Amino acid sequence: MSAAAARAAVRPIAVVSVAQSKSVRREDHRNEVEILMPVVTEVFANIGVTKRDMGFVCSGSTDYLVGAPFSFVMALDAVGVWPPMRESHVEMDGAWALYEAWTLLQEGEIDTALVYSFGRSSPAQLDRILALQLDPYYLAPMWPDPVALAALQAQGLIDTGKASEKDFAAIAARSRRDALGNPNAQVAKDQSADDLLRDDYVVAPLRRHTLPPITDAVAAVVIAAGDRARDLCEHPAWITGIDHRIETHALGARDLTVSPSTHAAAHGAGVFDAATGPTDTVEVDVAELHAPFASQEPILREALRLSDSVAVNPSGGALAANALMVAGLLRIGEAASRIMDGSAQSAIAHATSGPCLQQNLVCALSAEPGGPAGRGA
Amino acid sequence: MAERCAVIGVGQTKHAAKREDVSFAGLVREAASRALEDAGMDWGDIDAVVIGKAPDMFEGVMMPELYLAPALGAVGKPMLRVHTAGSVGGSTAIVAAHLVASGRHERVLTVAFEKQSDSDAMWALSVPQPFSAPLLAGAGGFFAPIIRAYMRRSGAPDHIGILVAVKDRLQALKNPYAHLHIEDISFDMVKNSIMLWDPVRYLETCPSSDGAAAMVLASERVAESSGSSRPPAWIHGMAMRSEPTMFAGRDQVNPQAGMDCAEDVYRQAGITEPRRQIDVAEVYVPFSWFEPMWLENLGFAEQGDGWKLTDEGATALDGGDIPWNCSGGVLSSNPIGASGMLRFLEVAMQVRGQAGEHQVENVRTALGHAYGGGSQFFAMWVLGTDKP
Repeated sequence: MSAAAARAAVRPIAVVSVAQSKSVRREDHRNEVEILMPVVTEVFANIGVTKRDMGFVCSGSTDYLVGAPFSFVMALDAVGVWPPMRESHVEMDGAWALYEAWTLLQEGEIDTALVYSFGRSSPAQLDRILALQLDPYYLAPMWPDPVALAALQAQGLIDTGKASEKDFAAIAARSRRDALGNPNAQVAKDQSADDLLRDDYVVAPLRRHTLPPITDAVAAVVIAAGDRARDLCEHPAWITGIDHRIETHALGARDLTVSPSTHAAAHGAGVFDAATGPTDTVEVDVAELHAPFASQEPILREALRLSDSVAVNPSGGALAANALMVAGLLRIGEAASRIMDGSAQSAIAHATSGPCLQQNLVCALSAEPGGPAGRGA
Repeated sequence: MAERCAVIGVGQTKHAAKREDVSFAGLVREAASRALEDAGMDWGDIDAVVIGKAPDMFEGVMMPELYLAPALGAVGKPMLRVHTAGSVGGSTAIVAAHLVASGRHERVLTVAFEKQSDSDAMWALSVPQPFSAPLLAGAGGFFAPIIRAYMRRSGAPDHIGILVAVKDRLQALKNPYAHLHIEDISFDMVKNSIMLWDPVRYLETCPSSDGAAAMVLASERVAESSGSSRPPAWIHGMAMRSEPTMFAGRDQVNPQAGMDCAEDVYRQAGITEPRRQIDVAEVYVPFSWFEPMWLENLGFAEQGDGWKLTDEGATALDGGDIPWNCSGGVLSSNPIGASGMLRFLEVAMQVRGQAGEHQVENVRTALGHAYGGGSQFFAMWVLGTDKP
């Protein structure tokens, strides 16, 4: 890892409102704008503001889900940027849109931003379009689908003795059970790991339950700085650090059983500040990890050095709902919600992009703007 | 609280209809390597990479930055991908500059590109959408009625668009990187070229290009100790504004978002009289008539008078008092995703005195401009020789 040294951020910024649509297999009767509008309305209504109160708007999405160029342009009608607004868009998960907004707020000129993302996977053929995300000369022409690539990664974990199929099933069973408490989740069931292991393989060693569902959903978040955050929200979820890193695209050049980019991003986000030794584990109340495949959770846990006591994905995570371009922002939204509702004092949220966890973002959240109390053990 | 930020390195490719000699990675690397060399830096010196391009369907690669990360030396670093329609090249530079202005990073590489020859942008733009007005075979079909509305509103004579087309192609002859080098360009050649979308003739239209642009942006500390042989181009102001594509009463000829964006960037840079205070501008003119339209939108001329400046030669490199698009502009090179960044980059070259044959003398303040969507997304920056 190169020393891409991020300089210390000084301005406290918090998540002050979160809203999301229900995650569903197929939104047949509403387009992106129609799904977004009630969610944008709700994210403002939660804290009694309007778009006029926003200093910046930033969104994340990809044209390949919609099958049209400039799909974010029409989606912007869900906000209605009139009079004109300061606005931008990343062709990435909304978590990176939040990063862009957080950076802008650091400068001190504006105090608030709306961040949203939308992902309607149902009209798309995900195995085909995600193959188009790969090296266009040497990989894409063979159309490797995301499940096959994740299976390579999972087999690597098994071969190195880092995890077993039973571990994957246990992660899926826990996620689906936790999702029973999440009214927005798509897949929520109480099943044992042993039951799940009776599923057929989709691509060995991955079975149906190891895969994320195909999901349509949108999410929106408002972030605010300093006193403005305190005015808007009784328990703001303070972003004590946020950072992201990318790895090489060449799968053959990576050790797929580890995630150095997640580790480096966590370091940049200050996750390890209180952990003094290399074997120290990280203690937070909640970690929302964007692991679309159950087999990816152990990799992320290791990269983040999470203590066994951390509640991972109490929302059900990406195994309960995985709207592309939204699921990462939702991890931040879910983690922040646990702090805003008082059930957690500290949290880590993570987002991923690209094949086999190529690019990763880590966001550390706390009930205190000063940062993590009691993190590191 | 915002930190000062400067351009300390620029690089662009030779733009062409088909760059079949390079892959996507080779194309972006050509521009990025030149920017690093200009900055006196190596790949390892860069803290973060911000890349932009227009819709992924233009090449048929979804989120190509994932594949391009190693080619741009981004492995192990933060990498952002911006997409804000045609303005994206400008927006990308601004997002990158904010990474410095926020104090987050000190050396940011920003890159924008398009390899149009791998696909067909005109038809990629024209995918029919349920319940949406069709774009009618590319951007020209969308903008022609807006241009016609400008002509009616301002009373501009028919030849103004031809003047812009000739001027920008003459200026392109002084820019070795420009795609179009039409040695015998003339008024009659443009006038006699085929009418594509009335009133826009073939030679009043931007080409389809393969190309890339890159810049190294630096903090004050790095800029002042940079290994570049050229002085930094300091950012005096930068702004973005968006408005919806359509609603009843929207003025598409003179969009409010463009005026608001200009007002913001001028306020930051202390500009009250653009025509007098700005020495050179690179403005996004993909169809000839957008020069007079943007002259008015950007406050260089009163409403309805923009065409008069073009008519009297005020915007020409040769003899004009406010030279616009000395590089030949979008009318001479149009790798769509990079076209906005080329405007931002060309004014950095003017401020740093490295524009060669198309250099304007004694440039102290310069405006870079990009727009996109249905004249609804705007990105602008003002650069200067003096530290703000």
